[in-house]
Amino acid sequence: MIDSEGKIFVCLDCRRTTPAPAGPCVACGGRRIESAPELFELAIAHVDCDAFYAAVEKRDNPALEDLPVIVGGGQRGVVTTACYVARTFGVRSAMPMFKALAACPHAVVIRPNFEKYAEASGAVKDILLHATPLVEPVSIDEAFLDLSGTERVHGMPPASVLARLQREVKSTVGVTISVGLSGNKFLAKLASDLDKPDGFAVIPMSEAPARLASLPIARVWGVGAATEQKLASIGIRTIGDAQRADPDGLVRRFGAYGRRLYDLAWGRDARKVSPERDTKSVSAETTFRTDISALADLQARLRELCDDVSRRMKAKGLEGAVVVVKLKNAAFEIRSKRKTLERPSNLAGTLHETAHPLLAALHRPGESYRLVGVGYAALGPVEPAAQGDLFSSGGDLTLSRAAALARQEAAIAAIRLKFGDGAIGLGGAKGRGSPATRPGKDEE
Amino acid sequence: MKVTIEKSAFVKALGHVQSVVERRNTIPILANVLLQADGGALTLTATDLDIEVSEAAPADVARSGATTASALTLYEIVRKLPDGAQVRLELSQDDHRLAVAAGRSEFSLAVLPDEDFPTLSTDEMAVRFSMPTADLRHLLAKARFAMSQEETRYYLNGVYLHPVEGGDGGVYRAAATDGHRLARIDADLPAGASEAPGVIVPRKAVLELGRLLDDADETVDVAVSTSKIRFGFGAGHLTSKLVDGTFPDYERVIPKDNPNRLDVDAGDFAKAVDRVATVSADRTRSVKLALDRDRLRLTVNNPEAGSALEELSVDFTGDPLEIGFNARYLLDVAAQIDGDAMTMRLADPSSPTVMIDEADPRALYVLMPLRV
Repeated sequence: MIDSEGKIFVCLDCRRTTPAPAGPCVACGGRRIESAPELFELAIAHVDCDAFYAAVEKRDNPALEDLPVIVGGGQRGVVTTACYVARTFGVRSAMPMFKALAACPHAVVIRPNFEKYAEASGAVKDILLHATPLVEPVSIDEAFLDLSGTERVHGMPPASVLARLQREVKSTVGVTISVGLSGNKFLAKLASDLDKPDGFAVIPMSEAPARLASLPIARVWGVGAATEQKLASIGIRTIGDAQRADPDGLVRRFGAYGRRLYDLAWGRDARKVSPERDTKSVSAETTFRTDISALADLQARLRELCDDVSRRMKAKGLEGAVVVVKLKNAAFEIRSKRKTLERPSNLAGTLHETAHPLLAALHRPGESYRLVGVGYAALGPVEPAAQGDLFSSGGDLTLSRAAALARQEAAIAAIRLKFGDGAIGLGGAKGRGSPATRPGKDEE
Repeated sequence: MKVTIEKSAFVKALGHVQSVVERRNTIPILANVLLQADGGALTLTATDLDIEVSEAAPADVARSGATTASALTLYEIVRKLPDGAQVRLELSQDDHRLAVAAGRSEFSLAVLPDEDFPTLSTDEMAVRFSMPTADLRHLLAKARFAMSQEETRYYLNGVYLHPVEGGDGGVYRAAATDGHRLARIDADLPAGASEAPGVIVPRKAVLELGRLLDDADETVDVAVSTSKIRFGFGAGHLTSKLVDGTFPDYERVIPKDNPNRLDVDAGDFAKAVDRVATVSADRTRSVKLALDRDRLRLTVNNPEAGSALEELSVDFTGDPLEIGFNARYLLDVAAQIDGDAMTMRLADPSSPTVMIDEADPRALYVLMPLRV
């Protein structure tokens, strides 16, 4: 609905647009009325599930409804997700568990059950796909949507479609989402954070520069701790400071990112919402119980991760042309290295042999690490055509390494199928002690 | 050290040596080029500890001496100077800076002491011989496409050079393979080379040599030991460590009596393969050859992208045959064929195929098919 000034209003309680510019919503009597210019023209949305893991746990156990719930733990002991009740006690994500429990001693701590969350995430995504095929998942609990051109299909503008989605997710999946609506990804993401939980916030393009100006510069995409410090050193602490900065000066200091920073500060972001494509990488990683600094100890963890990646690749019939290794140090800085293989592979042995030197190259003496990850990227289906090898009948010396590994791994897989996973392994496959957390799985 | 050198002579020599420098170095001095001014020449040397390239350029030496400076920086500076410029190099009195000046341009570069610059020792090079530059260039240029890059088969990461006795005085032979294709190229056996050990010249040295030989004199002086090889070409030389491994007995994988024979115009063949391969899957680039009488049908069938068919008139003697290859491998071999006529000798869809350049009987290529 449009009032005399061309303004549009939406009721934040029942999600219906309301014809009344003042006073309660005629549909539900709610008093929270959102109006925004451009409301029915904006089409880029960011959807963020509220305290997702905790919300799923509460859904499955209504007794937890009003209790402070913390999902996380293990010996590593950090908070993965804190519900909104726990948050009122000062519990935050990534907080060490002992601190969280000091702040909120009566909290219910639940070990994460990722399979359950992945299932709920899939259910949410299915609903989002009703609105538009252009759904770009960012992580298990957030996604971007591009609703451009969907108005005729749905018979209503994106804002109303999103309001419906929000109701539908709540009623069918049983968790709440916060929606940010704007004209590009950066602003949509900022918006979804403005009114959590179960919120709906709009940043009109025309108001973007003014709305951004007072926010700290760290809210801009890509500004991490290091960049934040560098920016502070030249007097840029808020987004407004960046708006007033000389764009050429930013480019001189930060290269191409300087230009991007300046554009983002003014609310300009040209990135497209790109829907989920085929799996682009398959990786596995493990967080250590206590930080590790010795290269040999890191390398001891590799084999198991490689086996995990390889098993999933083979199950999906995928091969990867690139091997990626990543390391996270005690300061949470992530470094990675990649190498393109001569021929795509999905073998654990090839992955391990390639990752080994990459890990050595990433490792810095004296630094300690909390996580190591390894995986294949640049994936494609396994080619049925097999390149013959001139020396393959010539015994081990000249037998292609890949061919030998493929035979070996096929033999191991056959034995495991018959006698179980524990029946056989390669010497040195297990690291010293098992990882504290279940190896994380990552498929983009 | 104080020396004046003409730009084009300097940039040519620098260009020859600087490409051996690894772009990312953990040892700072390896990023540098060793400059030695003595007599009437400035000698430049660069190394990555496995390969050393050195070249002397005529120069006016006012004060002899030596130092090292960033190879890349120096090359970039000299390259950008106007043609015909006289470049003046002078090491400061305290040995801390190298002044580079030409016309109105002046640079002052950080240096590291020349005595810290590592050199590859070239002692006990037991076998020495000379061979025509054209022959060596031919051996390496024709064989190098088949070198492996697979680090696990490090002994295939180079070209295997070895003398072979017999026939008309024997040959000096280059072989390279990555397990999928193989190149075997022969040259006349140079006098004194029959005693040379078989050596695997590493990939990087082969590629560097390719550039250096283009500007070399007519003959190359080769000195070989079991661990190093040195190629001298007039004003310069390249010394390389050898791959420490055993090259496989490749002769046994070269089929001697494949029954089917295909004669085809190499250029037409390459163009047809290239065309149909446009729709092949990116990763295996699979192309199928169907041979029957005087006809070759090239087909590609890629469920994702589509299919392609092209027919060529050929001479084929043998039983009808279908065989698959990686298009890139076919094109790599076809690119080595100098003459018009190429002969393929085939057995069956899973056995190696031999490819011969009718204009160069001393070159032979083997290709392993794709099982499609």
